[in-house]
This record gives sequence, C-alpha cells and structure tokens, in this order.
Amino acid sequence: MLSRVANCLYWMSRHTERAENIARLVDTNLQLLLDFRNLDEERVSQHWLPIVQATGDEAAFFQLHPKATGESVTEFLIFQQENPNSLVQSICQARENARMVRDQITFELWEELNRLYLFVTSPEARHVWRRSPSHFFEQIKASSLQMIGITYATLLHNQGWHFTQIGKFLERADKTSRILDVRHQTLPERGAPSAISQAEALEWSAVLRSCSAWDAYKSIHGAEVHPKPVTEFLLFNEDFPRSVRFCAGELNTALRRISGVAEGRFVNDAEKLAGRLLAELQFSTVDEIFSRGLHRYLDELQLKLNSIGDALFSSYFFLSFAGFDEEQFVQQEEQQQQIRP
Amino acid sequence: MLQRYSPEAFFDEMFTPDGEVRPHYRRFQQCFAPLARDEFDQKRQAVDLAFLRQGITFNVYGDSQGAERIFPFDLVPRIIPAREWELLERGLVQRITALNLFLHDIYHDQRILKDGVIPPMYVLSGKHFRREFINFNVPKDIYIHVCGSDLIRGDDGRYLVLEDNARCPSGVSYVLENRGAMKRTFPTMFEQVGVQPVEHYPQELLRMLQHLAPAGVADPTVVLLTPGAYNSAYFEHTYLARQMGIEIVEGRDLVVRDSRVYMRTTQGLQPVHVIYRRIDDDFIDPTVFRRDSMLGVPGLVNAYRSGNVSLANSIGTGIADDKVMYYFVPRMIRYYLDQEPLIDNVPTYLANEEADRKYILENLSKLVVKAANESGGYGMLMGPKASSAEIEEFRKKIESDPRNYIAQPMISLSRHPTHISEGEFEGRHVDLRPFILYGEKIVIVPGGLTRVALRKGSLVVNSSQGGGSKDTWVLYGDE
Repeated sequence: MLSRVANCLYWMSRHTERAENIARLVDTNLQLLLDFRNLDEERVSQHWLPIVQATGDEAAFFQLHPKATGESVTEFLIFQQENPNSLVQSICQARENARMVRDQITFELWEELNRLYLFVTSPEARHVWRRSPSHFFEQIKASSLQMIGITYATLLHNQGWHFTQIGKFLERADKTSRILDVRHQTLPERGAPSAISQAEALEWSAVLRSCSAWDAYKSIHGAEVHPKPVTEFLLFNEDFPRSVRFCAGELNTALRRISGVAEGRFVNDAEKLAGRLLAELQFSTVDEIFSRGLHRYLDELQLKLNSIGDALFSSYFFLSFAGFDEEQFVQQEEQQQQIRP
Repeated sequence: MLQRYSPEAFFDEMFTPDGEVRPHYRRFQQCFAPLARDEFDQKRQAVDLAFLRQGITFNVYGDSQGAERIFPFDLVPRIIPAREWELLERGLVQRITALNLFLHDIYHDQRILKDGVIPPMYVLSGKHFRREFINFNVPKDIYIHVCGSDLIRGDDGRYLVLEDNARCPSGVSYVLENRGAMKRTFPTMFEQVGVQPVEHYPQELLRMLQHLAPAGVADPTVVLLTPGAYNSAYFEHTYLARQMGIEIVEGRDLVVRDSRVYMRTTQGLQPVHVIYRRIDDDFIDPTVFRRDSMLGVPGLVNAYRSGNVSLANSIGTGIADDKVMYYFVPRMIRYYLDQEPLIDNVPTYLANEEADRKYILENLSKLVVKAANESGGYGMLMGPKASSAEIEEFRKKIESDPRNYIAQPMISLSRHPTHISEGEFEGRHVDLRPFILYGEKIVIVPGGLTRVALRKGSLVVNSSQGGGSKDTWVLYGDE
C-alpha cells in the first residue's frame, strides 16, 4: 500500500471519529444544562470552559471569543471555520482525505461520507441545529456509526483497513481521556475523591454519556455514579469499546497485523510505544492513579498517544512527505492542462 | 414530452426539418413521449442528486469555496444508428493510424518533411515537439494510446473532425457514469431501443496498458499517475483506477533507482512497469523538462529511455495536438496510408501562410481563430460574437506570432433536443468525443461523450464554459 494512501486512510478515519466525539460531548452537556436552574454567567462559564479545555484548543478559542458561553462554545466546537478541529471542519477534512483515496474505499463508504459532508456544509445544517440540537447530533452520530459499520462490512480487511482502525482507536482513546478530564477541577489534586453531591453526580454521568458509556457502566457498576468507578471504567475496562485500554489493545493489534510482528516484540517505534502503553494500562490500578492525581495522569496519557501518532508517521508515512512545498504543489496540479470535456 | 419542440433552421439530430422524428430516434420517442412532465422532473432531480452524492464533480479553478460542481447532465440521449457509427469508427481508426505513423516518422527518418508534404518548419517549431526523443523507440511503436478526437456535424449533417486530443483527453468517466445514470432512470428503454454497451472501457484500457509492458515482465504493475486531488479531472483518475483495480499514484509516491521506477509503500519500494500518466510532458520529470515541477518524478525519463518502464501516452505526442498539425492530417492520411480521409477536417486557414493570413485578417469578424496549443475553449476568438476590441487584440496576436494561430469558418453545430426547464425542450448545439484506445489492436467503445452547450445559441460545449453532457447511444441496428 502506498504510504500516502495509508496516511489518508488514517486521517479519514481519525477525523470522522473526532466529529462523532464532539457531537456526543456537546450534546450531553447541552442536555445536562437542562437539569440545572438559575445559572448565572459565572456558573455557565464554569460549565462550558472545561469542555473547551478538554479539546485542547483553549488558546484558539480565546482568540475568537471573549468568554465561554453556551453559544460561543458550541459555535467554536461545531461550526467554526477557523477551528480546524470543529465538527464541521473535521468532517470536511475526513472527506478531503477520502477524496484523495477515492479509489481505495468502497462506493458505499464514500457516498455516506460525502452525504454527511454535503449536509454539514449546507445552510440546512444550521437550521436543523437551531430547531433541535439533539436532532442535529443524532444525524452526525448515526452517520458516523453507519460509516464504522460500512467500513467493517465493505472494506477489504487488509492493510488499508488496519490503518483506518489505528486512526479510529488512537482518536477515540485520546477523546475518552479528554472527556474524562472535563471535571478534574472538582477533584483533589492528589488522592481519592470523597463523596460527591447530587449535582456533581449528574456531571459525572454526563461524562459517561459523552462516551456512550452510560448503559455499559450501569450494567457493571450499578446506577451509583462516583469519580472512581467512572475513571476505572473509562480507562481500564477490558470490554468496553471506548475505554482507553480497549482502544490501546485494538491499536496494538492493528499495528502488529500490518507488520506481522508477534506480541511481545517490536520493529518500529509505533509498536514499541503502543505495546508499552497497553502493558501499562493492563497493569495499573485506579488507586495508584488517584494517588498521583487523575489530571496529571491523563495529561501524560495524551502525550503518549501523541507520540504513538508521531512514531506512526515516521515509520509508515514519512517517505512521501519529505521536502514538500504544498502551495506550489497545488498550483501545479491545477495548471495541468487536462484536455477536459 | 417533446410535443411542442421545433428544430428551427438547424440540423437537428432527432428531427428532420419538417418536424418528423428521424428513424433511429423512433423507438426512443415511443418510450419517451408518454412520460408525464412531473415524472420526468422527478427523474431529473434524482439523477442530479445522485451525481452530487457520489461526488461526480469537476473542480473549477480559482474558486476556493464550493470548488466542485457537477457536470450538468441532460436526460435526452443522443442516438447514432449502427451504419453511421461504423463509418465513424473506420474514419477514426484511419486517423489515429496515420497520426501514429506521423509521430513515428518525425521522431525517426522525417520522410514526410523531406518529401515536402509538410513544411519542416511547422514541426520543428512546434511547442510540444520533443527533439530529445528523436530516434528513441517507444514500446511497440505506439505513441498515442488514448485519443479523444472531437467530432461535430454542420448544417448538412456531415461529420467533421474538429480536433485531435492526443495527450491526456479526459471525459471518459462521464461516458460511463452517464450510462449508469440512464440505466437507473430508464431501465426498460434499453431493451426496447437496443443500445450497444460501453461498460467494457476500463477492461480495454487495462488490457492496452498491460500490452505495453516492458519485455520480459509477465505480470506488470500498472499505475495511474495523477497530478493530484486538486486537478480538474481528479474524479476521473480515481474512477478509472478503481475500475481497473490499479494504484493511483502522485509523483511523490514514485522514486527512480538504477533507472527503474518504484512506488513507496508501507512495505518499502515496489517496482512499477507501466504508467498511465495524466500529467503533461512538461511536468513529468524535473531533471529533463520543467525544473520546478513538483508533480513529476526525477529520473523517470531515464527509466523510460532504458526501457524499464512504459508510458501511455508516449512522450512527444503533444505535437499531434498542435492545431497547425491538425491542418496536415488529411495529407498524412494520403501520404502514409494512400487513402482518402473518411472523415473530413473543418476547412482551416494557417496564419503563417501569406495568402491564408491575408484572408484571415480581412475576415476576422466571420472566423473562429484558435491558438495552436490551447484547449478547453481558451485562447479562442469567435469572430461573429466578438467585440471589436477582442478582434483587434487577436489581429495583433496573429500578426506578431502567425505560426501559432489558425482560423476556421464558424460552423453551426448540429442541435439536439435538450431539457431547458419544467418539461420544456429546446435545441442546443452538441459535439461528440469518442475515445480511441490503441494497444494490440485499435478499440473504440461505441459512442463517446456527447457534450452540449446549455446556453441558448452558444457553440461552446466545454464544461468550464457552461457545457453539459448527454448519454450517447449507438444502436445495434439502424432504427
């Protein structure tokens, strides 16, 4: 498989996953607000600011908006053109990557992604959003899940598919860890959290819902919500498909399927780092994490995920990108005098 | 449908001057006429929506927002009876054969120049004449592997060749997609009318490309080299690659080592044997042609010269696209094949010939003037429709660079019933671009791309200038 193609498949899948995660995160938090009454400006800001922080784009946000309100945060996360990680921009980028490898993906996948792209970039999208945000997010989530299904059911499960898996699980692990981090300011810097208020319990259940984890969590831990079991569930659960451990496991498997290297060995940095991360997640406990501080742990976790992404780039994609002036390149592509119809 | 249609004073593909349906359109009309207006409208909208959803679009340059457009598609097919098509087919085979012999000749012995059939100056001064390739033997002696000649019909209905596109003609993906759309829209019609299929084009293309493989390579790796996703024809590149099941590569995906071409894959370098390139000569190798090219592959020409990789089309075919060479194609046919051309050229004047130039400059307001090496409807003066300022601009251009201009009388292209709005049809001008494949034998899929000038009265069919397309049906019979 061409390195450039592998890179596009990876990003196509990663951006789609990102869009879906933003949809869930914003949707849940909008619904959560309905449970609180008489919120003043400060409380509203306290609610929304951590969500921007969770995406890691706080600086970019404040360049565009003076303060964190429901309106500014949702605009920034969903439609903002200047935010490359907004929901709409993520879908645009997923589609652009798909377009570059149009010949490598199936008709069904392309058509669904293109349909989603045409929807979110149409004026209709804003109408739907204004009339009913949850209906809007419903569409995004359904489309993303449909694409996951189409990818699974129609793409050859060869190398290209493994690269889409890597993109998806790397992004999902990162987003789960960031969503888990949203309420860290209510936790002590170190040590286990004490009992929590009813309002806080609602906030932590919003964390679970943002990861589509509510039903799965209840079936294991019951209806009682507390930061500790929530953290344990989202980080370490072996079977929940959005837990960081599960993602790291899938990531590790996909990497090994590509290179053919057995478990317990590695031939490149991506495999080394992914294997190490998986082992760490397998052999850690939630108590250890709280004693060091959850926020600090999650920060480090995100750095590790980033370095796996970097290692992947230099192991598999780098060849086709060495010494590249994009602007001149685009100009020449356009100039090509195709004798067109 | 079509009750109130009038062919007016033009040659109409479907109707005779007194409003009778021509025999080869009768079966179609029997199926089409009973359609209700709103049924037709629904079908039309469904087709447009499907094209948009599938991303069957082309890029418009200099338009960053919404840069992709669908190529407008008209649901009334253009129909050609079998007998007419057989003649066209023979004429096109004759033409590509002569063009290929011409290219081989000018890159070897140059007999046609020495015998005075074509003044040598015209060839040697050609912008796309590649003197670097003189005495180079291209694989299997084939230069033009894919050719898209544009055909038109004038007032009397006679077919004429308007130009030969011997570099990277595009549009064949629309032929295939249009047919798919028509089959979904009017499934029963095909059986009743009897239409020859076009769907085998990708297989024929792949077979032709495999035929070119360097000697000794039993199972060649064929790739399609694209300028990239920002190119106007990118949809077509991915479409063809997918249909053929080959890799689509950009220049940066390829690398040359020891005069052999490899692609960079996640498993290391893998050899490439045949390249269907959709990049102009100028950009293909920065070490030989344009140095600033980022689209090409350094060393590719060397690998090509060493016989380790084959290119389609060959390097140097651009000279056959030169509109001045077009003037000489009938002479080539007589010289190499000792035959009379089966399809005529449009009468053409060469600005570089004294008498012709005088005529051109005196009749600019009646003529169509074309730059020798432009395409896509650019670099053109439509005399009868031009302002006096435009005419004066071209007068200066012709006087300062006569080698690079030709002129032709304005041909009133044939018209075809075309949907205008809400179930109303009017005549619009059309042309036809068949696609010719030259491999082990010469293959032309029946029909080609019918382009239609959607603006009322317009003669410009190019997609960049308000053109659309139609499905082209070649019948099994004559009615």
